[in-house]
Amino acid sequence: MMKVPLFLRGILVITGKNMRLYYTKPPVLMFGVLFPLFMFFAFFVGRHLDLTTFFPAFLAMMLFFTASSVGPLITPWEKREKTYERLLSYPVTQDSIILGDVTAGAIFGIGISLLVWIASALFIPVAVMNTGLFVLAFILGTLSCAALGVLLASPAADSPPNVMIFSNLIRFPLIFISGIFVPLVDMQGWGLALAYCSPLTYLVDLFNAAMSGKSAFSPFIDCGVLILVSAWFILAARVIQKRNMMKGM
Amino acid sequence: MNAIQVEHLCKRFGTVTAVNDVSLTVREGETFGFLGPNGAGKTTTIRLLTGVLTPDAGSVRINGIDIHRHPLDAKMQMGVIPESSTVYGDLSAEQNLHLSAKMYGMPRAVREKRIDEILLQLGLNEKRRLLVRTFSKGMKQRVSIACAIIHRPRVLILDEPTSGLDVQSRRLVIETIHHMNEQGSTIFLTTHNIEEANTLCQTVCIINKGKIVAQDSPERLKKMFDTTQSVEVSFDRTVTRDLFAAEGILRAEPCGDKWRLYTDNPDWVLKYLVGCAERESLGITSLTTSGPSLEEAFVHLTECA
Repeated sequence: MMKVPLFLRGILVITGKNMRLYYTKPPVLMFGVLFPLFMFFAFFVGRHLDLTTFFPAFLAMMLFFTASSVGPLITPWEKREKTYERLLSYPVTQDSIILGDVTAGAIFGIGISLLVWIASALFIPVAVMNTGLFVLAFILGTLSCAALGVLLASPAADSPPNVMIFSNLIRFPLIFISGIFVPLVDMQGWGLALAYCSPLTYLVDLFNAAMSGKSAFSPFIDCGVLILVSAWFILAARVIQKRNMMKGM
Repeated sequence: MNAIQVEHLCKRFGTVTAVNDVSLTVREGETFGFLGPNGAGKTTTIRLLTGVLTPDAGSVRINGIDIHRHPLDAKMQMGVIPESSTVYGDLSAEQNLHLSAKMYGMPRAVREKRIDEILLQLGLNEKRRLLVRTFSKGMKQRVSIACAIIHRPRVLILDEPTSGLDVQSRRLVIETIHHMNEQGSTIFLTTHNIEEANTLCQTVCIINKGKIVAQDSPERLKKMFDTTQSVEVSFDRTVTRDLFAAEGILRAEPCGDKWRLYTDNPDWVLKYLVGCAERESLGITSLTTSGPSLEEAFVHLTECA
């Protein structure tokens, strides 16, 4: 039977370890902080767009990149440095390791995105119409994006650069089909169908609902989808990592 | 109670059977050596013992606790030193120890006292705040050992702990193993160094091609192959192999500046060598006899299997 205090302690210690070790790693800073800022400058600055309208989408993109940038790095890095084997020999389960990685990614996402939101509020008149929904968007958004990050690292071996390339191959297309640069209402046909398949669409929609009160779906649907995809990402990561264990790490 | 009880352990990777029906018992307080040539299945067995890998069949019990059914409880009993120095290079020695201690749930006050004690014991105190990535291999291994024994484990599992270390670090590691064993910990270690196993272990188990081929005390294992003994001799001048072409000498091997002569009858060889030295006007600079070695037993067992 699972010992809950031991299990929770494992998550806590692993989260702390990840925060200390991985937040300042160059790939995390590059793809988690600098990249979304560059995207913001590239697409929004100097184009006479209403920044207030696009700000929820930008915040969702920031959250998406920051929260999903830590997870892909941790496991491959630890495997390369051979610390993963020691980690598994400690009294922690693989589930604690996965959840510790997800939590570290989520905290990074919340921290950086909050900073961006606060800094932006100084220059752009961004309002929050529904604070509860805004907090929920932050929590569910970071959880689902961090879980995606951990899932992306699961099938890989011990090469952080390969995993980062693979994770960007998945993450980059998502920002173009999720209503960030083209609002969902302006999408048609395949574009719209693809948008429905992207979890980021529901996060953008939830931020829109919280900040402008305008959304394509009900916030219940957005929250439900984000909870479901978070659970699916974590379960899939668990299955893949268990399979890796059977194959010999 | 047995500290480690392994029953019918099997692990396959695709078509390769890395561990094939391995069963072994390690008594409480024992130092147990696990030997085998490269690729014999030592590291896979250790990974199965420590819960890092999941077996295809069989069970592992640590102090009576099944590691695959109750991994957290079983792992609390163990300290593990994996094959390479697996510590975080971007943390200091002290931070690595804090992390390990937190993993085992040690309260802060106990943790800090134990860390001070262990850093002194392993000669790391002066460099406690330096990043581990700046350390030599020997010092990294000391940090690795410190992380494994921080919680005074009842079972200490070491995978080739002295591999590639300099003499000082090797001695320190062996002293630490002795110390832990004296304090009541059961030691399970793999090594390539047969002499190390001979001097450290009460029981030695030899694995080859995933199967256990022998398990006994080093002395008994040596006696299994006691038909050959050896005489080592060196002279004050260089001699050729022809000198040792005698019926009572089974084989002659150069060994540095000495010759090692294998025989069933060391008494006869000693007399023969003295006779040779007189006849050829050679001075004998050293002459020693030795019984069968664990290395001989190891080579015999792993070659025959």
